Amino acid sequence: MNGATRFLRRIAPQLAILAGILVLISVFFPGFFEVRIANGRLYGSPIDILNRGAPVALLAIGMTLVIATRGIDLSVGALMAICGATAAWGSTQGYGLPAILALSVSAGLVCGLWNGILVAVLRIQPIVATLILMVAGRGIAQLITEGAILTFNQESLIFIGSGSILTAPTPVVIWMIAGMIVTLVVRRSALGMLIEAIGVNLRASTLAGVNSRVLLIAVYMASGLCASLAGVIAAADIRGADANNAGLWLELDAILAVVIGGTSLLGGRFSIVASLIGALIIQAMNTGILLSGFPPEFNLVIKALIVLTILILQSPATRTAAVFFRRQPRPDPADTRTVTQ
Amino acid sequence: MNARLLPLIATVVIFLAAYAVCYVQFPAILSTRVVGNLLTDNAFLGIAAVGMTFVILSGGIDLSIGSVIAFSGVFIAVLLRDTGLHPVPVFVLLLAITTLFGACMGAAIHFLEMPPFIVTLAGMFLARGMAYVLSIDAVPIDHDFFDLLKDAYWLMPGKGRLTFIGGLMMLVFLAGIVLAHRTRFGTNVYALGGGAATASLMGVPVARTTIAIYALSGFLAGLSGIVFATYTSAGYSLATVGVELDAIAAVVIGGTLLTGGSGFVAGTLVGVLIMGLIQTYIVFDGTLSSWWTKIVIGFLLFAFILLQKGLVLVSTRERGTADGPGRGT
Repeated sequence: MNGATRFLRRIAPQLAILAGILVLISVFFPGFFEVRIANGRLYGSPIDILNRGAPVALLAIGMTLVIATRGIDLSVGALMAICGATAAWGSTQGYGLPAILALSVSAGLVCGLWNGILVAVLRIQPIVATLILMVAGRGIAQLITEGAILTFNQESLIFIGSGSILTAPTPVVIWMIAGMIVTLVVRRSALGMLIEAIGVNLRASTLAGVNSRVLLIAVYMASGLCASLAGVIAAADIRGADANNAGLWLELDAILAVVIGGTSLLGGRFSIVASLIGALIIQAMNTGILLSGFPPEFNLVIKALIVLTILILQSPATRTAAVFFRRQPRPDPADTRTVTQ
Repeated sequence: MNARLLPLIATVVIFLAAYAVCYVQFPAILSTRVVGNLLTDNAFLGIAAVGMTFVILSGGIDLSIGSVIAFSGVFIAVLLRDTGLHPVPVFVLLLAITTLFGACMGAAIHFLEMPPFIVTLAGMFLARGMAYVLSIDAVPIDHDFFDLLKDAYWLMPGKGRLTFIGGLMMLVFLAGIVLAHRTRFGTNVYALGGGAATASLMGVPVARTTIAIYALSGFLAGLSGIVFATYTSAGYSLATVGVELDAIAAVVIGGTLLTGGSGFVAGTLVGVLIMGLIQTYIVFDGTLSSWWTKIVIGFLLFAFILLQKGLVLVSTRERGTADGPGRGT
């Protein structure tokens, strides 16, 4: 029981923000929460948020693990393009759905392995290591699609983007199941704790016997796997692979979702559920701005303001300030500055 | 000192070798016309990359410059369209805004103690968003002064044109080299890149230097925006997406260590020229697609990072300390 209350307390701020945004939208649009069933599939704005948020939610799952190890994965957007292109290529070659999925997923895993080796074995800073694939990845994707937008008509593949399982859209089912599996795997075993240990102090955890090298590679591969699922969904949704625009800037949205979810960029404790709620918050904001008739241009400004607010709340300086306000007058921040390296 | 020069030497050798390979295939590539175009076409990237060099030398990163360049273009175009102002006061106003913008990011990084990555990510959203708010459409710039800037050139021997913006980039690089290697500010930047704790113990004004570095990056991004607006004669809020990545790539290919503390502004110029040369080669070849640029740049990035890792490993072994490289950003 104690664990459940602690969990609820952990995700309470995110839930409150999400509820606040949804209520705000429904005040202006009374019919917002209307959900109906047509053609054996659920329709309505809330379902739309769950559905449209699928790629970012999937990316956020992998990104949470990566950020918990004090890393970052900038390549996920480009990976989406690669895996989407692979899926479309497989479809044009006449492969069946299992073969296509296997191809895409292994493409994602290989890219994740590459990132993981750069970070864990060659000890390159994660931001730089994943930058390589971020730059080269779209080129590779274009190599696969040969510069064109590869379209396909394979019903089974399209089903992943716009079909429905038990009236719920397939993408929603996929990200929810993926989130559940990953949460169970990391929380029902010691894996989650070991990942957090790496994020808090890599050397200490290695000395304590954590196989940090394998674990880091596995984490980046998990991120690649999530990106490949997101890429297949994005490609199946538009029935084509667009190497230039698939997943463009979604890595930033995924990082934002994790940050909104309260996982610190400095590594350590993480919560996948909170990151998923973070992804929904971003999507709810997008939908809300679209519905309200505000020009979508404001979207980025609002996102920037949200990031800034969270930064100020998360910053070590604010925390020390809060402690000092309780105890004694705050000294000059320059003197108390702790160096994180 | 020798090991420190090695990445720069490697960059120059790669550039010369690449140029030689291009020359063997297309002898015309050695004309001053191609060189002039190389400078003109990459002027905006080069100017922004100088700012990025300082940021990376200090151990930080600035993701906002692409958005700031786009914002600058839209800002100039909208202001020239809606007010009757002469471009010069508009430029001054713009540079003041972008410098202040950079300074604010620097202050946030220092006083909030947050990673530069996420602070400048917020800055990237903000600048791009402000550009959207000003105008979503491409706004043409139609002003005599802009035509003057665009058409100003110095005829090099061999009929190559060193345009005003190409020359401006060279000037900025010269100023950057002097600033990095001949001033106290430059020394402070290198010291900061070596480690904030040691720098502050040595008496480097960490707060002032951090803010100045990001202010400089903002200023140069604004200047780059002016150059880009001159180059394209328009302001478009969707332009220059991902230029920050090109700039980071140019800096790394130029031999600057991404962990900070070691590198040369001049190397960045060669890095920019290498990237420009790849594009020129693809244009000359005609059969290769432009996506090869990205793949080759990605490969070069990887090669240079490996080279740097090797050098760091060798130099730490020589010093006898087995300390692993830092992982913070």
